[in-house]
Amino acid sequence: MKRNSWQEYQKHVADDRYYYARSCIRQNFFPGSEAAFLNIMRNDLGRDVHEDANHTSCTGIGYHSDIVPLETIMTVVARQFALMTEAGYENFISSCITSFGIYNEILATWAEFPETEERTREYLYKATGREFNKPRHIAHTSDVVFHHREAIRARAARLLVNAATGEPLRVVEHIGCHYAKIFPKSGIGGAEFPYVLAGMIESWGGEVVDYPERRHCCGFGFRNYLVQANRGYSVANSQRKLASMAPYKPDFIVANCPGCAMFLDRWQYTIAEMEGTTYGADGRGIPVLTYEEMAGLVLGYDPWELGMQMHQVDVEPLLDKMGVKYDPSAKYLGKNGKYIGQPAEALVNSGCSGATIL
Amino acid sequence: MDKKVVVIGGGVAGMQTALTLSELGHQPVIVEKESVMGGKLCRWHKLFPTFTPASEVLEGLRQRVTEAGIEVLTGRTVDRITDTGVALADGTNLACDATAVCTGFDIFDATIKEEYGYGIYDNVYTTVDLEDMFNRGEIRMANGELPRRVAFLHCVGSRDEKVNQRHCSRVCCITGVKQAIEVKRMIPGVEVFNFYMDIRMFGPGYEEMYREAQYEYNIQFIRGRISEASQTMDHRVRIKAEDTLVGRPLQMTVDMLVLIVGMRAGSSNARFASSCPGVDLYASGFVRPMDQFRHNVCSGSERVFYAGTVSAPKNIGESINEGIAAAHRISQYLNR
Repeated sequence: MKRNSWQEYQKHVADDRYYYARSCIRQNFFPGSEAAFLNIMRNDLGRDVHEDANHTSCTGIGYHSDIVPLETIMTVVARQFALMTEAGYENFISSCITSFGIYNEILATWAEFPETEERTREYLYKATGREFNKPRHIAHTSDVVFHHREAIRARAARLLVNAATGEPLRVVEHIGCHYAKIFPKSGIGGAEFPYVLAGMIESWGGEVVDYPERRHCCGFGFRNYLVQANRGYSVANSQRKLASMAPYKPDFIVANCPGCAMFLDRWQYTIAEMEGTTYGADGRGIPVLTYEEMAGLVLGYDPWELGMQMHQVDVEPLLDKMGVKYDPSAKYLGKNGKYIGQPAEALVNSGCSGATIL
Repeated sequence: MDKKVVVIGGGVAGMQTALTLSELGHQPVIVEKESVMGGKLCRWHKLFPTFTPASEVLEGLRQRVTEAGIEVLTGRTVDRITDTGVALADGTNLACDATAVCTGFDIFDATIKEEYGYGIYDNVYTTVDLEDMFNRGEIRMANGELPRRVAFLHCVGSRDEKVNQRHCSRVCCITGVKQAIEVKRMIPGVEVFNFYMDIRMFGPGYEEMYREAQYEYNIQFIRGRISEASQTMDHRVRIKAEDTLVGRPLQMTVDMLVLIVGMRAGSSNARFASSCPGVDLYASGFVRPMDQFRHNVCSGSERVFYAGTVSAPKNIGESINEGIAAAHRISQYLNR
């Protein structure tokens, strides 16, 4: 694909000294990813990333579900900025796409309606006695990894290539809707042809797969899964994307949003169990990675240290393809070496002939 | 008499302005930035609603300009309008008694509407590209095959606040109808769909042509904007839209998507406005006449006049008429 337009949507990403806001759900969904980000930034790249046990959820899920009012979420966000200010940082980075959208939305609202910023400062001060500076730069952590992609490439233990054939791996990149669809200029590459993940894939030797439903939502869409009766919509959205990408035979999917990675992975299990359909090669599911996991594999991290045993779709076929060495017997051992339990066999990982292979 | 008038722009409006000035006894000089006169019409194949070859109109005007002995400077760009004439980009100053600004419009750059993938996907084209195909005598997909299903999308870069083009470009609707019929004529059996938000048939014969497109050519008009286009594995174009008349989303795959691009204000307008007191612009960037009712061809400067699409989107006939009107107003001014 002739991607040119992304170059018109560049933004400044700070090079160092980040205040890191974790996601409230990623540590359950992909528990190794945020730790991998910190390890890569601190240990591999030597950057200063400040973690703060005092920060909270941004309450974005509650906001998008009409539970948390606008004034409340503005004050919560103001508190996050106050913590950043108190810690002596100016570059705010968010692990979550929903939060990233929230921060951008609130900063834009304050810029457009300054009286809302004044009210928020008043609420925060009355409630906590805190004051804040707005971030000098705000970025999603995928922006940060994109920014350092060549430094990661320079330290790569392996690239995104098939170890047996030397061919580039074919990678589907999926961008969370709130990354750039709300504010196109807040994302690298804009809303239509975002480059943040594609840039990593290309830098690390992979090949980006474009497919007709590339822009389609994964189905996370808060009300789609929060309301049980709506979950069919969520599955249907993922199904639409998976069916569209399957003919291109991607080796894996990478996503930069907590919900997208979660649902593109877990719904493959659901669809396989519901209708016997799988979308990957050999009748299996398509592995779904976070960008931190992708970067970690490139840098030579152990897949179980990255938390990849927590995926619904098994990653071993991908690891084998990349020539990654791993200990199968260590897959379900926790950090302390204790057995953490093992999921039951699932159709999505069986590669059995009963599955409909698209 | 024999007063000198610089006509900036050698499109249909500029040529007609110069011709009428010459007939009225003045001395026009046409300054054209391209190597030939004709403006956007040079790339057009046939004109709505009569399917008159564009070359007939163009050659007729060019021939008359030559026969009238009108001086034409091609390949020269006007940098600014001065108190005594115009200054060219190469540093030359052309002194004159009056100036006619006939610089026309710019074609909307379809790459700005990224969601349609122009310049990225193989089989997304603009109306201008399609006219090039008509001129070559064949309509082909990027792989050289004949398209079997073609979609047109109206209002690309018109009536669109997201790209700061709030105005209606007027002639695009009928252009889309004309091109849809031409595609039908050239490729028997081809399916053609026109996606629109409104169909605005303002000119004589336009509404009749629109109905003919439906009744005689079975062209499908769907009221709804295309929200996005994407490329399929075989390099066709998957489009998503909503049929707002039946209230349902739809998705279809076409061999070609043609973006009916609008007219945007000429890039030189802002330059002229900043250099010449009295030359004023609308928010759209088109020049603002002194008065929309009685002084359409006059600017706020007594020696600067307008003709054609420099002030608003117009069709060929309207642009030529404005050339005549502007020439008469200039003549009145020169003979005052």
